[in-house]
Amino acid sequence: MIELLTENIILAALVSLVGLGVLFGGLLGYAAEKFKVESDPIVEQLDELLPQTQCGQCGFPGCKPYAQSIADGDAINKCPPGGQSTINAIAKLLDVAAPSLDEEHGEEEIRTVAFIREDECIGCTKCIQACPVDAILGAAKLMHTVITQECTGCDLCVEPCPVDCIDMLPIEEDIDQWRWSIPKNQHQLIATSSSTVHETLT
Amino acid sequence: MRQLWETPGGVHPPENKVQSLKLGIGHLAIPEKLILPLIQHIGDAAKPCVAIGDVVLKGQKIASASGDLSAPVHAPTSGVISAIEDRPVAHPSGMSALCIEIISDSEERWIDLYGHTDYKQLSPQEVSHLIADAGVTGLGGAGFPSAAKLDNGRTKPVNTLIINATECEPYITADDILIRERAAEIIQGIGVISHVLDMPRRILIGIESNKPEAIDALREACKSTAIEVVVVPTKYPSGGEKQLVYILTGQEIPSGQLPSDIGMVCVNSGTAFAIKRAVIDGQPLISRIMTVTGDACGINRNYEVLIGTPVSHILEKNKFIRKNCSRLIMGGPMMGFSLSSSELPVVKTTTCILAPSHSEIPEEDPQQPCIRCGLCAEACPASLLPQQLYWYAQSEDHERLQAHNLFDCIECGACSYVCPSNIPLVQYYRSSKGNIINSRNAKISAAKARERFEFRQVRLNKAEQAREVKREARRVATEKAKTSSSSAADIINAANLRAKARQASPDQQKAKLERSLMAAKMRLDEAQERLAEANKSGSAEQQAQQHASVEGARQKVEQTKRRLEELIR
Amino acid sequence: MTFKQITSPHGHNRQSTGRIMQLVLIATLPGLLVLSYQFGWGILINLFLAVLAAISAEALILKIRQRPIGFYLQDYSAVVTGVLLGLSLPPLVPWWLVIVATVFSIVVAKQLYGGLGSNPFNPAMVGYVVVLISFPIEMTTWVTPVSLLPEGVSHPGLFESLTIVFAGFSPMDGVTGATPLDLFKHSNGLLVDQIYQDNTLFSSASFAGVGWEWANVAFLLGGLGLLKARIFTWHGPVAMLVTLATMSMLFWDGGSSNSPGSPLMHLFSGASMFGAFFIVTDPVSSAVSNRGRLLYGALIGLLVYVIRAWGSYPDAVAFAVLLGNFAAPFIDNYTVPRTYGHNQRRKATAKEEDE
Repeated sequence: MIELLTENIILAALVSLVGLGVLFGGLLGYAAEKFKVESDPIVEQLDELLPQTQCGQCGFPGCKPYAQSIADGDAINKCPPGGQSTINAIAKLLDVAAPSLDEEHGEEEIRTVAFIREDECIGCTKCIQACPVDAILGAAKLMHTVITQECTGCDLCVEPCPVDCIDMLPIEEDIDQWRWSIPKNQHQLIATSSSTVHETLT
Repeated sequence: MRQLWETPGGVHPPENKVQSLKLGIGHLAIPEKLILPLIQHIGDAAKPCVAIGDVVLKGQKIASASGDLSAPVHAPTSGVISAIEDRPVAHPSGMSALCIEIISDSEERWIDLYGHTDYKQLSPQEVSHLIADAGVTGLGGAGFPSAAKLDNGRTKPVNTLIINATECEPYITADDILIRERAAEIIQGIGVISHVLDMPRRILIGIESNKPEAIDALREACKSTAIEVVVVPTKYPSGGEKQLVYILTGQEIPSGQLPSDIGMVCVNSGTAFAIKRAVIDGQPLISRIMTVTGDACGINRNYEVLIGTPVSHILEKNKFIRKNCSRLIMGGPMMGFSLSSSELPVVKTTTCILAPSHSEIPEEDPQQPCIRCGLCAEACPASLLPQQLYWYAQSEDHERLQAHNLFDCIECGACSYVCPSNIPLVQYYRSSKGNIINSRNAKISAAKARERFEFRQVRLNKAEQAREVKREARRVATEKAKTSSSSAADIINAANLRAKARQASPDQQKAKLERSLMAAKMRLDEAQERLAEANKSGSAEQQAQQHASVEGARQKVEQTKRRLEELIR
Repeated sequence: MTFKQITSPHGHNRQSTGRIMQLVLIATLPGLLVLSYQFGWGILINLFLAVLAAISAEALILKIRQRPIGFYLQDYSAVVTGVLLGLSLPPLVPWWLVIVATVFSIVVAKQLYGGLGSNPFNPAMVGYVVVLISFPIEMTTWVTPVSLLPEGVSHPGLFESLTIVFAGFSPMDGVTGATPLDLFKHSNGLLVDQIYQDNTLFSSASFAGVGWEWANVAFLLGGLGLLKARIFTWHGPVAMLVTLATMSMLFWDGGSSNSPGSPLMHLFSGASMFGAFFIVTDPVSSAVSNRGRLLYGALIGLLVYVIRAWGSYPDAVAFAVLLGNFAAPFIDNYTVPRTYGHNQRRKATAKEEDE
C-alpha cells in the first residue's frame, strides 16, 4: 500500500488532499456544533420589532404571521403602523437595504385609538369579536366601550359596526406626554433654500 | 475643616446676585385672582375637593393628594372658587393643565391652625403625615413631595442629611435672603426633618462661598447644634443634588438611584423652612420666597409670594418694561424655561422670575457646525461626552446615546453655555431622552398588545377545539345508533316509547288528524284529476298506475277518518 | 403679554468658533516670523497663495452646496487650513503646487465630507500628502536657512521669488539644500558625530539644527499660548512629544552609525512642534476624550518616529497624523470617560444590557 503511494505521486497527492479535506471538514463540523451561538429564532426577533397593532394591513392575520413570512423571504415594507422606523430596524436586523413603505398596504399615519360613541351603540358585540387584542369591553345588548390603553389603533372594529358608531381619534398629547423636539438646526435648513436663510442671518 | 471633593467640569457664569440683594424680603399686595395648578410637583396631579362657588379660607385644602407621589394644594388666601378648568401653566411646553382659580376677598381669613411645637412627642410617621398634609414639596426646582422623600429615606438607614443651600444658579438669591433673615427657622425645620429621619448621624449644610452673610447667619444659628455648615467653592452646578453629595462626601449616587440608596437625604434649605412652617406653625405651603430680577424690571428684589399669583401681577409691581425684555424666564438663566405668556401663575417650584434686557441676555447666535473642540466635555459635571451625544442625537442612534449614558445628563446647560458653535445641546438631549422614553413605552405597550393578541388566539383556538370535540361526539353517537346490533323488537319498543313520549293532548291529536285528513283529501283529489287525464290520453299502463294511486289515497282518507272518529268517541 | 420661547440655558460665554480659529491664526505668528526670517519670501508667498486658494475653493463649494457663503467663511476654518498648508509647504515651490494642495484640502478632504466638523481627516495634512506623493522632488527641496547661505549668496528678493514661483525660474545655486532630517536619512554609515561635524547645519546650530530649531521653538511658544487660552487641552501635544522623545531616547544608542538622531534633534526638527500644537490639536479629526487624546497623540508620536527612523520619507508628521485620524474612532470606542454614578467606563458601542 505504502509502496503504491510512494511510487505513484498523483495518487499520493490525491489521498493526502482528500484526507486533509475530511479531517478539516470534520473539525469544522465539530466546532460548528460545539460552539454554536444560541440566539432567538429570527421570527421572534422580527416579531419583537413589529408594532403589534395586529391590524392586518400587511395582509397577514397579525404581526407574528407577518414576522414568519418575512423570515421566509417576504418584503419587509408592508407595515404601515410601524412606518419607516420599523422598516429600518428590520433592515438592520436582516442586514439588507431599507426600502420605503409599500403604499399598497397603507400610509404611515399618526397613531389613533378607537372611540365608541356610546349612546349610539346597540350592543351587537361585532366589534368585540373583531378586536385582535380584546380591548373592547361589553356584552350583548349592552353598551360597549374601548379600553384606551390597550387599543392599538388597528381600526379593525370600525368596519363591522352596523351603526357606524366607532371613530378613530388621534391620540392627543397632554402635558405629561409632551416632549422636547429636536432643535431646528439652521445650517441644515440652509441647504434647502439659500435665499431665505440669508435674510434670517443678516 | 471638612475635606471637600471636587467635581469635574463646571462653569463660572456671571453671578448677577447683588442687584436683588439690596433689599430684604418684600411682600406684594394680594392679587385679585390666584390660579392654582393641580400639578406643581413630580408625580400625579391632586384632585379638587372644592366646587365652583365654594367660599374657602386661607390655608384650606382645595385639592387633595391622589395617586403616586402626589401633594395637596391649599388656598393661598380666602375667597371664592371661580373656576376649575384647564389653564396655561408654567411648563416648557406652554400647554394647559387643570387649575383652580380663586377670586380673593382680600380679607385673609385663616383656617384654624394647629401647630406642633412639641413635634418630638409625635412619631416620625405622624410628623411625616403633617408634612404631606401641608403640601410641602421640594422648593429647589424639581418639586419632589417632601414627605415621600423622607418616608423613602426612613425605609433605609440614613446616616447623612444634607441641606442644600448652595443656590448655584446665577441671579437667584431666594435661599440666600431666606437664610439671612430666617436662619433660626431653617434650623428648626432641620430639627423636624432629622426627627422624621430618626436622627441621622451627621447633618451638613452645603452653601457656596459667594454668600458670606448667609454663611455667618447659618453659623450663628447652628452654634449649639451638631449641624455643620460647609462652605463649598462657587462653581456652577455645585448645587445639583448629585454634585453636592459628591462635593461633601466623596460618594456618588449610583446611576438611576436616589440619595437614600447610599444612606443620604438631600433637602433644599427653602424646603426645610417650609417644613418648619408646616409642622411647628401648622401652616400649609401657600407662599414661597422668590427672586424677581433682570434689567427689564425696575425693582430687583425677593418677595414672599403667594402660590398662584400670576406672573403679570408681580411684574406690574416691579416696574417691568416689556419692550426692554428679551425673554421671560421662570427659574435661573441656566436651567429655567422661558414663559410664553405672563398670565401664568407662580407655583411651588418657582425660584425666580428673570426678565433680562436685550443686552443682558441677547438673542442666541445662529448655530454653527460642531468642531468637536471638547469645551463641552470639559464643562460637563457628569463626565459625559456632550459632543458625541450631540452627534448621536442628530442621527437618533438610541443605542449609542445610551452607551454614552445620556440618562446621566442632569441638563445643567454647562455644555451649551460654553459651546463656541452656539449649539443648543441641552435641547438635543432632552429631545433624545423623550424619544427614547417614547420608544421604550411603545415597546412595552407592543409587548402587552402581543400578549393580549396571543391570549386571544389561544382562547379562540380553545373554543374551536371544544366545538370540534362536541361535533365529533355527536357524529360518533349517530354512527353508533345506526350500526348498533340491537333486535327488531327493541327498535319497535324504542319507537313506541318515542311515540308515547310524543303523545300530546287529545285536542292536539285531533287537530293533527284533521290536518292529515285534509292533506289526504287533497292528495285524493289530485290523484283523481291525474287519473282522469290518464284515462283521456294516457297509455293503459299509466291508467292502471294512476288508478292504484287513487285507490291508495282513498284508503288513506278512509283510515284517517276512522282514526278521527275513534278519537272523538 | 406674550414672550418668545427659547430653550435653556439662557446666556452664553460669548466664545465662538470664529474666535477660536482667529486665536489659532494669531498663535502661528511667531512661527511664521521665524520661518520667513530663516527661509525668505517663499514662505509668505506660499501663505498668501494658500489662503487665497482656500477661501476661493471654500466659497465656490459653498455656493454649489447652496449654503450662505458669508456665514460659513466667518468661521475662519478655511483660512486656518490655508495658513497651516502655507506654513508646511517648502518655500519657492511652483504656484500650482500650492493651489493643488489647497484645493484638494478644501474640496476633497473637507467639503466633500460635509464641511467643517464632518471631515474625518485633517484637511491640511491630506493636501500636503497628496502633493508630497505626487511631486516628491519639488516637495523635498528646501531653502537653506539664512545664516548658512554661502558667501555672496542671499535669499531671492520678493520680485525674484515671484518669478521663481510663477515663471518657473530656478533659484540660484546654494539657495536650496537639505534639511536636518534629510541629512540623517541620507547619511547612512556615518557616526552621528561625523554628521554633526560635516554639516554646518548642525555644527553651527545652538541645540538641534540651524533654522529649524528656532522655528520649532516659535511654534512651541505659539502653542503654549493657545494652551494658556484653553483652546485645547495638553493631552494630545504632550503625549505626542513625550512619545517622540521617548522613542528617540530608546533608539539613540549614543550616536552610532545606525542612530536615527538625538531626542533634541527630533523634537526641534521638521514639523515636530508645528504638528504637535497645530495639527494634532485639530479637534475635528482627533479623538474626543482626554484619555483618547493621550492615546491619539502617543500614536502619532510613535508613528512620526517610526517613519522618520525606518521609513523612506525624512519627515512624517503628515502621514502619522493621517494614520492617527484613521485610528481616532477606534480609540474613541474604548476611551469613553467614566460617567458620574457608574462604576466602570463603558464602550461606545456597549449595549444597554451590558451593565
